[in-house]
Amino acid sequence: MTAGKVTTMQEAVRELVHDGDTVAIEGFTHLICFAAGHEIIRQKRRDLTLARMTPDVVYDQMIGAGVASKLIFSWMGNPGVGNLHAVRRRIEKADPAPLEIEEYSHFGMVCRYMAAAANLPFFPIRSYYESDIPKVNPKIVPMASPYDPDDQVYVVPPLKPDVAIVHAQRADAAGDAQIWGLLGCQKEVAFAAEKVIVVVEEVVDESVIRRDPNRTVIPGVVVDAVVEEPFACHPSFAQGYYDRDNRFYLEWDRIAKDPETLDAWLDEWVFGLANHAEYVEKYGAAYWDALRPTEALSGEVDYGRYA
Amino acid sequence: MSDAPAYSKSEIMIAASARQLGGVTNCFVGVGLPNIVCNLAQRTVAPSLQLVYESGVFGARPERLPLSIGDPTLATGSTAVTSMFELFAFYLQAGLIDVAFLGGAQIDRFGNLNTTVIGDYEHPKVRLPGSGGACEIAIHAKQILVIMRQAQRSFVDTLDFRTSPGHSGDPAHDAARGWHGSGPTSVVTDLGTYGFEEASGEMTLRTLHPGVTLEDVKANMGWEPKVAADLGETPAPSEEELRLIRDELDPGGAYTK
Repeated sequence: MTAGKVTTMQEAVRELVHDGDTVAIEGFTHLICFAAGHEIIRQKRRDLTLARMTPDVVYDQMIGAGVASKLIFSWMGNPGVGNLHAVRRRIEKADPAPLEIEEYSHFGMVCRYMAAAANLPFFPIRSYYESDIPKVNPKIVPMASPYDPDDQVYVVPPLKPDVAIVHAQRADAAGDAQIWGLLGCQKEVAFAAEKVIVVVEEVVDESVIRRDPNRTVIPGVVVDAVVEEPFACHPSFAQGYYDRDNRFYLEWDRIAKDPETLDAWLDEWVFGLANHAEYVEKYGAAYWDALRPTEALSGEVDYGRYA
Repeated sequence: MSDAPAYSKSEIMIAASARQLGGVTNCFVGVGLPNIVCNLAQRTVAPSLQLVYESGVFGARPERLPLSIGDPTLATGSTAVTSMFELFAFYLQAGLIDVAFLGGAQIDRFGNLNTTVIGDYEHPKVRLPGSGGACEIAIHAKQILVIMRQAQRSFVDTLDFRTSPGHSGDPAHDAARGWHGSGPTSVVTDLGTYGFEEASGEMTLRTLHPGVTLEDVKANMGWEPKVAADLGETPAPSEEELRLIRDELDPGGAYTK
């Protein structure tokens, strides 16, 4: 059955992402699966609750395209550049529709996924002391330690997305996925979610995974679909495969400022293309070559053979 | 024209901030100016500085100026890459971080910071990014250094929203908090540098940058500032500091123009 998990982005989104779902496309700067966001836009999903520690350009695109009615997050912005214009229009002016928000801190969001992944009713953390955040989010609750009534923590509730979409450098056909570089909360959100789509630069043979098991972050046992989609993170990056396209993040600031240029961008780069392969082709080989880093191989370790 | 300084406002902010990292080991780095500040300090006053990024990197050795806190150059060649849970739980919450940089859209006289919203939360005039890790960094890092440009709208009498706690104004309360962090210890702006008075926890002007007057400072903040009895002048960036900033750390002038 495992080989049956390998599918296309189109099929994975059609089968696993439904109107009204809570969807988390995670990845902290690194491994953000923009191609999945584009496919969700293309298939015109509506009324989604989008969860993500750092709603950045991918969620600005999705929210600008009207797929979501609610956002759960800890930091929203275009990293190193500035604002998310489409998200701000929704929040500040309800333009063209209001957007419900529910906000945490980074550690709070990570621990919401941790609680869901570990099947716990809540997760205690030493955050939010003397901050106004709990005043605007009643789900962040103070609690005294049962062992020391003077020791107060805050607790956050589990966050169990209907679907998590995580990118990894490589996985086998069963979805056993390996990541190197920044890990974000890819593991936590994958274990937390009901359904998991793993998108990779390369589907590799199981033997490649088994040769370096310490690098496996997500086991196939929690994965429902495996999609091979090179450059799926652009303008985010995949360590060792391609660099972050900082120029696009700057460019997005100009595009998203005006709803008309944002719509024109969506028409040209999402609705005007059948899939991500066409997006890659539209940029052209020279563009991708320029984003490729030079080599920095890890040393090898000896696991030892114990036959 | 002859009086024009040989350095920019950003450059004196960077140099003045970097000098405060002398002897520091584990430093939580933010995006933008703090990136350059920490890399400058590593090459000058704090050679053993470990750069820690909330993206999960401990002991970064970036080969280029990172344009975000998740730049791939931070992972390559670092001491350790951790999950974000580990970074926040084992490194930050457990008290391993000596110094962290924070900034914001608004700061008050006690160093409380707002990065959430201008105006009413439900009907914001400007929706800002939110906390990210700031509200927990403010609690757990042993010292907080703030870098912010000064203006009436950012140095305010009353915050619209308190994202990250500073001092409370009641030192007895602050001492009883039981946090790893002792709150903000210094603020560097484009006009001068501030410390925090022990007796009140209130921001106190320590030095003026060359060419800046006390009137300039007062015209750019929303309260009457306390001024140190021995108010001095911020030393201008040295030639070596400027060379490092311009030739090595930010040759494109992304942050220092």
